[in-house]
Amino acid sequence: MSNDEIRDRVIKTLSGIVPELDAATLKLAKSLRDQLDIDSMDFLNFLIALHEEFGVDVPEADAPKLGTIDACVSYLEQALRQRTQA
Amino acid sequence: MPRLGADMTAGKVVKWLKRPGEAIKRGEVIAIVETDKANVDVESFIAGVLEKILVEPGDERFPVGTPLALIRAEGAIEPAARAAPAAVAPAVTSAPVPTVAIPPAAVAAAAAPPAAMRAAAPGAAGAGARARVSPAARKRALELRIDPTVLIGTGPEGRVTLADVERAAPAAPAAQTAQVAPAAPAAPAEPSPAAAAAARQLRMREAIASSMSRSKREIPHYYLACTIDMGRAMAWLAERNASRAVTDRLIYAVLLIKATALALREVPELNGFWIDNRAQPSAAIHAGIAISLRGGGLVAPALHNADQRSLDELMRGFQDLVKRARAWSLRSSEMADPTVTITSLGERGVESVFGIITPPQLALVGFGTPLERPWVVDGQVVPRPLLTATLSGDHRATDGHRGALFLAAMDRLLQQPEAL
Repeated sequence: MSNDEIRDRVIKTLSGIVPELDAATLKLAKSLRDQLDIDSMDFLNFLIALHEEFGVDVPEADAPKLGTIDACVSYLEQALRQRTQA
Repeated sequence: MPRLGADMTAGKVVKWLKRPGEAIKRGEVIAIVETDKANVDVESFIAGVLEKILVEPGDERFPVGTPLALIRAEGAIEPAARAAPAAVAPAVTSAPVPTVAIPPAAVAAAAAPPAAMRAAAPGAAGAGARARVSPAARKRALELRIDPTVLIGTGPEGRVTLADVERAAPAAPAAQTAQVAPAAPAAPAEPSPAAAAAARQLRMREAIASSMSRSKREIPHYYLACTIDMGRAMAWLAERNASRAVTDRLIYAVLLIKATALALREVPELNGFWIDNRAQPSAAIHAGIAISLRGGGLVAPALHNADQRSLDELMRGFQDLVKRARAWSLRSSEMADPTVTITSLGERGVESVFGIITPPQLALVGFGTPLERPWVVDGQVVPRPLLTATLSGDHRATDGHRGALFLAAMDRLLQQPEAL
């Protein structure tokens, strides 16, 4: 899966949690929490939705590594690659 | 049109999910109504068959109490054989004028043009005026699932009495009215989503303004705060979450909800309503969870029977509520049932919140952020995550001492997270 495809799917997943999300103005490197006003429940729901979309379970300890769209893409890219290799 | 929250006076019908002739189960969602705070799934409180829709979806706002549809109660006689009395009741949760004035469910009442019933309702339920209902009548109405505020009272000063409720009971068992607010998106001349959202935002602001003004005008609040050491609870939670898949994790707010519900069992006079100049505690504990909406405003829908549900069940219920609240899609029982409100402002570092009680509830429980601070444990200064829990109480119903017992119970419960 290309990074572009991962990014598109991450944003689509996020828009399920934040319906008013505007993909055009979303800043990929900026904290999701700050720019979208999401709270811990939204964030957990986002991780659950990512799990459903990509089949990747994010351990509690890794959750802080998914704070931006870019960070999500790189984390998922790595997780998917490791899974393929395994 | 059901009253979906203490501050609701009118609503629009967005959509019917059932057609005339379709069977309806008790608790089934039959319509969607737009209030100032949400699009609400209206659940039927009786089983039967949808006889007739009285209010079609549209932009017009109908007052609480307006009959929205006729529902023939399960076991009632077919319309063809309707000569028999008590067969069909106007599906009016709340507009029993015809049913009271005319003998039990006379066909005439059932067949009355919607306009007639609609005209009857505002008088009883009218724009924000709260009907006077005797406590006994209210209790009986609750059992019968009738909205007493729309009955015509025959008591002193038009007060709705037990007899009024009893009279309405046999006539209106099947009657179910859902208040219908026309959904902006469903309107033919569809406004832009942004305009619809802005209009909704404005109405929500007005609803909050009305409810909070009433609270500060009528409720003599007292406020208490206590500091709770969350060390054990947070450690227990971290350990539990570490070994769990993302779908099975808990957030600490769920521990606070459960502890609040269990503490309310110990101090039950904080749970319930102030109605008719007296406290009316509720046996059931339905925790209204304040959920902020992005862009402004908030709703506080109920997590039903919060004291009886496991942490996992509460977590799933909470997740579901948050998702639906933010999508403006809540159920009638969730909007109307809360017996207490819980607000947690911990997401952005607020240390404590002294909330305004949601009328006619008796109390509001507030939580700040757990912050790592120096704390003395066994004579040693150690870092601990400390949480400020607050109680806003209605001084007409309870005194500070009872409130203090409640906060102490909550502190004690949170020291044993595994028992929650």
